[in-house]
Amino acid sequence: MTNMQLTHDPSISSYYVNEKFYRRLVENFTDWQKDDLAIAQADERDRFRMLIEKEARLLDQLNFDEWLAMYSPECIYWVPGTPDAGDPRREIAISFDDRRRMEDRIYRLRTGYAWSQAPKSRTVRMVSNVEVFAAGGSDARMVRSNYLISEFRVDGTRYLSGWCGHRFTRRAGRWEIEVRQVNLIDCDQNLRNPSIVL
Amino acid sequence: MLDKLSGPRIESADLYDWDELVQEDRVHRLIYTDPAIFQAEMTNIFGAVWVYLGHESQIPKNDDYITVRLGLRPIILLRDGNGKIRALFNRCTHRGTTLCRKEKGNARIFTCPYHGWSYLNTGKLRAVPWPDGYACDFKDAKFNVAQVPRVDSYRGFIFATLNPDAPSLLDYLGAITKPIDEWLDRQPNGKVAVCEANRLKFKGNWKLAYDNSGDGYHVVFSHRSLLEMENRQADVANKGMSYYRGSPDTKPMYMAYMGNGHHFKDKRPNIQKRAGGLWAVEGPAPGSEHYQEELRRRFGARAEDILDLASSEPVNINVFPNFSLLGNHIQVFEPVSVDETNVTWYGTAVVDDDGALGGAVDEINALRMRTQEQFPNFGEVDDLANFEEIQRGLACLEDEWIYMHRGLGIPGRVKIDEHGIITAPATDEAFMREYIKEWKRLMKASPNLAVQREV
Repeated sequence: MTNMQLTHDPSISSYYVNEKFYRRLVENFTDWQKDDLAIAQADERDRFRMLIEKEARLLDQLNFDEWLAMYSPECIYWVPGTPDAGDPRREIAISFDDRRRMEDRIYRLRTGYAWSQAPKSRTVRMVSNVEVFAAGGSDARMVRSNYLISEFRVDGTRYLSGWCGHRFTRRAGRWEIEVRQVNLIDCDQNLRNPSIVL
Repeated sequence: MLDKLSGPRIESADLYDWDELVQEDRVHRLIYTDPAIFQAEMTNIFGAVWVYLGHESQIPKNDDYITVRLGLRPIILLRDGNGKIRALFNRCTHRGTTLCRKEKGNARIFTCPYHGWSYLNTGKLRAVPWPDGYACDFKDAKFNVAQVPRVDSYRGFIFATLNPDAPSLLDYLGAITKPIDEWLDRQPNGKVAVCEANRLKFKGNWKLAYDNSGDGYHVVFSHRSLLEMENRQADVANKGMSYYRGSPDTKPMYMAYMGNGHHFKDKRPNIQKRAGGLWAVEGPAPGSEHYQEELRRRFGARAEDILDLASSEPVNINVFPNFSLLGNHIQVFEPVSVDETNVTWYGTAVVDDDGALGGAVDEINALRMRTQEQFPNFGEVDDLANFEEIQRGLACLEDEWIYMHRGLGIPGRVKIDEHGIITAPATDEAFMREYIKEWKRLMKASPNLAVQREV
């Protein structure tokens, strides 16, 4: 469980992205999609499916404050640039944002001068194939889901698709997103205007 | 063996009156929009001049390969069994099929998936299924894979040209080797290794990206959101490219035209020349404070030099037509069609073979990955949106001209030194005028391109 009393405000300074954090992150995102870890109970699967659907809705609505509130204070938004995700310590990712950089991303979009999002994209997201895995103890869940984002902007509609790996952790009885890994099927190809939050 | 190319081809020289299209202060919209000009560029530029293909660290071992493009030609860039770097046309001599469909790998033999012809990675034909069905002699060199006749590296950067009459790579690079050397020599052992990329594309002509690569005029406008973002928590708003604010032309930074279409924007004079000077203006990145404290605790004053390695080097070193070194990136422009271009920002990692960094290499690279992700995410996307909007604007057929005359005609503003290097204030468009003159010269020419086959 994350320490409730953080020494440093992760919105202001970045201390938690360190060797230990990276190591644990890379371990967490290996080898969890296993049948024997899959959770069959409908209510538990439903709980995470609803959280992921809520996240998709908040992003479609550009409701970034509530979106950020779904995340742990020390969190990661990770869009790998290779299909096997790679090791972010040694490879450039499409995006690898800690809490502060997620807030930077939102701040920039709100300046009104982010020309790649002026005018803004309109998106609808469909989420499906939600599978929940028990990995990392009773206060942690790994969730795999597929997504299809339809994005309209300026000269047409395009489609972005892939799968997400969410790592949820329970803190004071509330399930929070600690890590979200967004795996585009074409992550290693040249992408046109990847400026929305995926 | 050099193959002289035969058959009809467009003589670019006869397409247009190039002096009408490219004038002293402006260029015609057609150079960005005309498919026939784009076709001609694929020989006269992306063929006749040295074009960047890749970095040696992408093919470190013998028999390693990556697939790339030279203009629109699919290429297998490889290191053969003897360590020689070759650029093979990715094309079976039999029916034209691409031989290799993977982006990287290690192979001594490429076998065509269509009819099973196989080739050694030297390009030599190895075997043909059921050869008794052929009357020809397969020892004839014409059956070996075509390859780019001239492939050469400069300190790890691999370039190639189909033009036997081109100058040597070293002569072609000329004066731009000095900033390239300085960019490399700040790295331990003067080396970097490519470590994946931010891969982007835009619906616009490739020259819009090359025009922009030396442009100091757009920074505070196109990147306004980035500058506001990275300074939102700073005590003093001096992070990133803040030195462009106010009156950038009076700052010590400058742009330089280095000949052969290459240009250089040098912003280093704006930054305090001291250990830790670059780190002091680097925008916030994931892990910044942790790594800064950890390295300072372990290395004391030496930590500042190490932190500078995770910081963006304030230069834009642009080698015509498709290669840029900026920050810690290798940026490559790849034309796809007259109105589509791939822009790939290869990340680079520090390589510390002899332990000069005292065990800090993994940590500094982890931080360097994150600092390098900043600009493609929060800066480049806005430039690319603006390039796309130029391409849209150029659909106005009757408004024909695009201007590049900032600084032109102001006495004393543009200077030429004894080596012919042209310098001007940072927002000047002199570099654009000069490189497009070189482009015009190349488009008027009738280069004799050739491919080579092993004998």
